[in-house]
Amino acid sequence: MTLISMASFLSAISQGLLWSILAIGVYITYRVLDFADLTTEGSFPLGAAIAAQCIVNGGNPFTATILSFVVGLLAGFVTGILHTKLKIPGLLAGILVMTGLYSINLRVMGGKANLPLLKQTTIVTSVVEFFSTEANTFSTANAVMMVGVISVAVVIFLLWLMFSTEFGFALRATGDNPRMISALGVNTDIMIILGLMISNGLISLSGGLIAQYNGYADVGMGVGTIVIGLASVIIGEVLLGRKGMAWCLASVVVGSILYRIIIAFVLANKLQPTDLKLFSSIVLVICLSLPAVKEWYRDFTNRRNHKTEVKEG
Amino acid sequence: MLKVNGIKKTFSPGTVNEKRAIKEITFHLEPSDFMTVIGGNGAGKSTMLNAIAGIFKVDTGSIIINGSDVTKLPEYKRAIHIGRVFQDTRMGTASDMTIEENMAMALRRGKSRGLRKGITKAERNLFRERLEILDLGLENRMTAKTGLLSGGQRQALTLLMATMTKPELLLLDEHTAALDPKTAKKVLELTNQIITEDKLTALMITHNMQDAIRLGNRLMMLHKGRVLINLQTEEKKNLKVADLLKMFEKASGTGMTNDKMLLS
Repeated sequence: MTLISMASFLSAISQGLLWSILAIGVYITYRVLDFADLTTEGSFPLGAAIAAQCIVNGGNPFTATILSFVVGLLAGFVTGILHTKLKIPGLLAGILVMTGLYSINLRVMGGKANLPLLKQTTIVTSVVEFFSTEANTFSTANAVMMVGVISVAVVIFLLWLMFSTEFGFALRATGDNPRMISALGVNTDIMIILGLMISNGLISLSGGLIAQYNGYADVGMGVGTIVIGLASVIIGEVLLGRKGMAWCLASVVVGSILYRIIIAFVLANKLQPTDLKLFSSIVLVICLSLPAVKEWYRDFTNRRNHKTEVKEG
Repeated sequence: MLKVNGIKKTFSPGTVNEKRAIKEITFHLEPSDFMTVIGGNGAGKSTMLNAIAGIFKVDTGSIIINGSDVTKLPEYKRAIHIGRVFQDTRMGTASDMTIEENMAMALRRGKSRGLRKGITKAERNLFRERLEILDLGLENRMTAKTGLLSGGQRQALTLLMATMTKPELLLLDEHTAALDPKTAKKVLELTNQIITEDKLTALMITHNMQDAIRLGNRLMMLHKGRVLINLQTEEKKNLKVADLLKMFEKASGTGMTNDKMLLS
């Protein structure tokens, strides 16, 4: 077993930060709205495709990143309308939009499955350029870390503000007890649509950032993202518990970083990158089954204790 | 205050599961009338309350609250007029949110939710004062999630939330049925106190005949989706259980066979 180097440890942290924006998006649908939203797997590459195409066409990388957030809002809006107005079950609505987005993403990328960003000005290269002096070049690793920290801080701060407003309360109550909040005068359909929009906006934004970090957008990069997002959410919860809103959002980020560190660790130990999806699924299965396993264990020990008592009696 | 005019509701019409839940119901409530509603299983009590609350739309007839016709409005648009407490104690609050957050949402019943603060300092003080009235110690647990409270505590809180902004109409759907007898009595007394003090117009479904007779100034009995008995203030004043049984026999042409109603 080999440990990972400091460089790949730090790289795992910055990747975890960029991916945590996706995980926060998944948290909003899965935990806040209680809605398993598969749109994720389409809106993530959508954000990547939009940002990449915009940059390739000479657009400002910051505008490109904001644009990836905006198109994500639209993707979430479509899923929301399908679910609330056309009464399509949530899981299916997500699958339909995800499937449709596959074609749209290919169109955005001009019919190519992969759009490289080699020698283009991305957010990362902009930061490197901004902080470099003639004597000293700012490293790419530091730039990625900086982009990650700032974007995650901004996202968490804005969401924390949002969740403490009247709208934020209504959004949380919609996932918690829709009948109650409906009786208090909130149109839950609108809340579900807005929640899906914010969630997919963030997921798409994450896609835009990851594309700039990786140096390419790929039509297949959405596959398995829902599992990555859920794994981050659950790992964070298992480790840090569920206290106030800011705490929960921060725990998702911790979960996402930890997930990347685990990935870096298994890659250093002769696992192929192609094995990662299987590995992600297994990690999530383990995390999700913990409560059930704990219960079995409790039953098992109870029964054993009971048996000994009977013998003694 | 409330006018229910000839409402009818059939579920799953034209199928084998067709159910005529409300055949025809008409009644009026004056301001600060407190009406208890009784009737056996399947009489249409809850269906009627849900129809007034707007959970579904009625087939015919109209529902008018304080002069405004709400017949065609969805549930969330009727919320501005109506406060509600449900039978299921988990139904009235968001269990993963705190006591004060739940109360803040109830304070904004029927208003549009914007980007203003979800809860203010002044509101916290108001909530503390209101919770002290309950005498359950909840004023010291305002940041506890409501999912951690007992059924009785939750029901008292829901009642407080439903009446905090003086609704034009208060709907209570057997809100003490899921509680133990002692807690049920306490919540019922609280209900009576709030309704009388604030002069609220209220409809309360109950399975308990004594309570139905003792509380409120009006009484209605439903039977198979129709109003069987509708007593005005004068008629209810000296009412006894025996009188009610006689009225039932006369109106329905059968004896009261539902032991549960007599014994409870």
